[in-house]
Amino acid sequence: MPGKIRVIHYINQFFGGLGGEEKGSLAPQWFIGPRGPGSLIQQLAPEIEVVGTIVVGDNYMAEHLDEGAAKVIALLETEIARDKGLRPNLVMAGPAFAAGRYGMSCGAVCQSVQETFGIPAVTAMHPDNPALDIYRQALTVVRAEADVMGMRAALEGMVRVGRKLVAGEDIDPQTDGTIPRGLRQNYFAETTGAERAIEMLMRKLRGEEIGTEYPMPVFSRVPPAAPVADMGSATLALVTSGGIVPRGNPDRIESANASKYGEYSLEGLDRLSADSHQSVHGGYDTTYANEDPNRVLPLDVVRDLVREGRIGRLHETYFATVGNATSVKRAEAYGREIAAKLVNVGVQAVILTST
Amino acid sequence: MPAAHICSIVPISKTVGANRIVPSVAIPHPLGDPEKSPEEETQIRRGLVEKALTALETEIAEQRVFD
Amino acid sequence: MTLTLQRHAVQTVQLGDTPGIADGTLTVDAEAVRDHLMSRDERLADIRVGLALPGEATRIVCVKDVMQPRLKTAGAEPGSGTVRVLDNVAVVTCGPIVAFQEGVIDMSGPGADYTPFSRMPLVVLETAVGAGVSRQDHEEALRSTGLEAAAFIARSCIEAEPDAIETVAWETPNADPDLPRIAYVYMVLSQGLLHDNYVLGRNAKDGLPITADPRIAFETAIVSGNCVSACDKNTTFHHQNNPLIAELLRGHGANWDFAGMVISNASTRLSQKQRAAEAAVKLVADLKVDGAIVSKEGFGNPDSDLMMLVRGLEQAGIKASAITDEFAGIEGESQSLADVTPEADAIVSVGNANERVQLPAMATTFGPLPDVVRLAGGYPYSLREDGSLEVELQAIIGSTNQLGFSRLSCREV
Repeated sequence: MPGKIRVIHYINQFFGGLGGEEKGSLAPQWFIGPRGPGSLIQQLAPEIEVVGTIVVGDNYMAEHLDEGAAKVIALLETEIARDKGLRPNLVMAGPAFAAGRYGMSCGAVCQSVQETFGIPAVTAMHPDNPALDIYRQALTVVRAEADVMGMRAALEGMVRVGRKLVAGEDIDPQTDGTIPRGLRQNYFAETTGAERAIEMLMRKLRGEEIGTEYPMPVFSRVPPAAPVADMGSATLALVTSGGIVPRGNPDRIESANASKYGEYSLEGLDRLSADSHQSVHGGYDTTYANEDPNRVLPLDVVRDLVREGRIGRLHETYFATVGNATSVKRAEAYGREIAAKLVNVGVQAVILTST
Repeated sequence: MPAAHICSIVPISKTVGANRIVPSVAIPHPLGDPEKSPEEETQIRRGLVEKALTALETEIAEQRVFD
Repeated sequence: MTLTLQRHAVQTVQLGDTPGIADGTLTVDAEAVRDHLMSRDERLADIRVGLALPGEATRIVCVKDVMQPRLKTAGAEPGSGTVRVLDNVAVVTCGPIVAFQEGVIDMSGPGADYTPFSRMPLVVLETAVGAGVSRQDHEEALRSTGLEAAAFIARSCIEAEPDAIETVAWETPNADPDLPRIAYVYMVLSQGLLHDNYVLGRNAKDGLPITADPRIAFETAIVSGNCVSACDKNTTFHHQNNPLIAELLRGHGANWDFAGMVISNASTRLSQKQRAAEAAVKLVADLKVDGAIVSKEGFGNPDSDLMMLVRGLEQAGIKASAITDEFAGIEGESQSLADVTPEADAIVSVGNANERVQLPAMATTFGPLPDVVRLAGGYPYSLREDGSLEVELQAIIGSTNQLGFSRLSCREV
């Protein structure tokens, strides 16, 4: 029907009316039209047609989340192949309220739908649902109460938000009743940053709500690793975020927001020099580093210390990237990969130099 | 494995969670000082690396600056 | 002591033989400008003088700086006297890349939304230096050339009658005791080649922090010597048109008492950062203010300077708000700042500079387009064969300006 939003609804065995816990291992089932809360969705929004419902047992999904989601996708593809009229504009899952397993399965299905079909998906959960830790960033999740008492409100939210998603509109947690994804999104404000900064200070001076545009985060901490008993019998590796690379930047590491790190040999080098290495870091004056790269990656003194026995061995490759505007998340990923590589080859300690 | 972070802006290193921190000379030349002679620079560089080695050998319960 | 701005409202800019302004049309004698600039600096190998107009399919790359034609014609004291201003026009220097962080200006298309300079006619100086000119000299030559060009063009309009006379008064101490007393803390980078600034003719490494008459900004007393990433480099134009100073002066005596301005720097050594922040906070405290606004330049280690200033101010009993941009990753999923402090509870965000944009190919380009791949915010694959670009906002001049010049902001979704 023209103008209708075609929805596929994903629910668990309980809401699908197929049974309780004892039916938890139910494999994906397909039903034409709405089931359970799906009928309420159609009542709330005449322009929405729930063309089909997929019901899966909570335990089935919990035990094989990825395969389960893939099976749901496959089931949907099969049904659409049979009847093109079933092709949805939107997938709605749950609401899952505070239920962890149900939340995880709704999350997995919504994410797969977004990635496979490129269509929007929406679900609803209570802010304490543990599935949010995993799926918060990837999905649009309407804020729901803890249990089925909040069914109507949750569905109303999903309908409202679902309409916006289909229309390609931006979702604002403040006004749309969704759980913040924890993503930072640009937009053009009505007034300039300068005007807002002065206004904000005035609010602060008047004791009003400040309305900061960036709440200070709490950074995650890694517990300190155990020390090396004696560096004189240990293998050390050097890593730098100062952008020291072999002359010519063979891997084309970018001067900012580096998309990679390089692994370079130190064999046969007693020290770095202006001829052998350079700095490609765009965030500082590289004059001094280019003159003498040992000022950023101290190969010369490390070689001395190895000769003197203060360091057992120097691992003969070093890792380098550019720590300029590189997001913390990416840097964490590089760190993890580099650490894994070093552990694999028996390195016991690292000196990381930054500019 | 333990890692010693040689860097100039200690507050940033602390904020992002480095546990063993060695304050360096300056951003453009953390392990050098163009205002000094080459011999003095090498001494400075050596000193910083030795501090890093000490840090790597030290048991710590929380973030520590080794200076 | 008054500062008088004699303002010309430029409507169109054209190249021609009779330089000057008449009926809103500014005529620039390209050859005369070129000859004048080449003759005063041996380091220059060539300058191509052209125009880039709003709405044109024109791209300017490896932009070093943007400056407004302003010329002080009378007055010995900084912050007072007479300054001739040409509004709605700017001079842009560009050319072969010096380091990594020069930027892009698009005069039309999606990129135009992210820079204020797409909305005014630009006199573009595509400038090359001789072989063997050091990077330091390259930077200095371009800086001085741009400033001289802007002054030269302003000078050509001296005989013309300005369209408006604006008197900028700033009486201090202000009469009304009921108004909140606030100060402005102006952070300028001082971090070496292409990471420097110049205040009252001196490199910002020396002699800061100071308390200064806020109006000095309007007479080009603060000059950009850096390319810290196009997005949050404060161009000389931004300094000349500092929106915080302008707004604070506008409301002075009515909404607040603008008690004064402290200019502080941001160095590369931790101890210097700490000393500067302490000294700046002390200067602000001397103004006996209730609150202060702190602006910023650059990102990364300057995040620390910002946090030190905010923390210091709050601990001294001065409420602070601050402006910063964010580097939160492509999807906005990462942590935006390198340094944080719980006292920074009043933050204005001027955007996530890691957001990527698609910029279409342009018919006309000033500057070396291939060098886009080397810009901060560019990637090896940024430039496509058809001339279109994929870059981060980081590479666009003024996109996340931390004086708060533009309307871009960022929120959590």
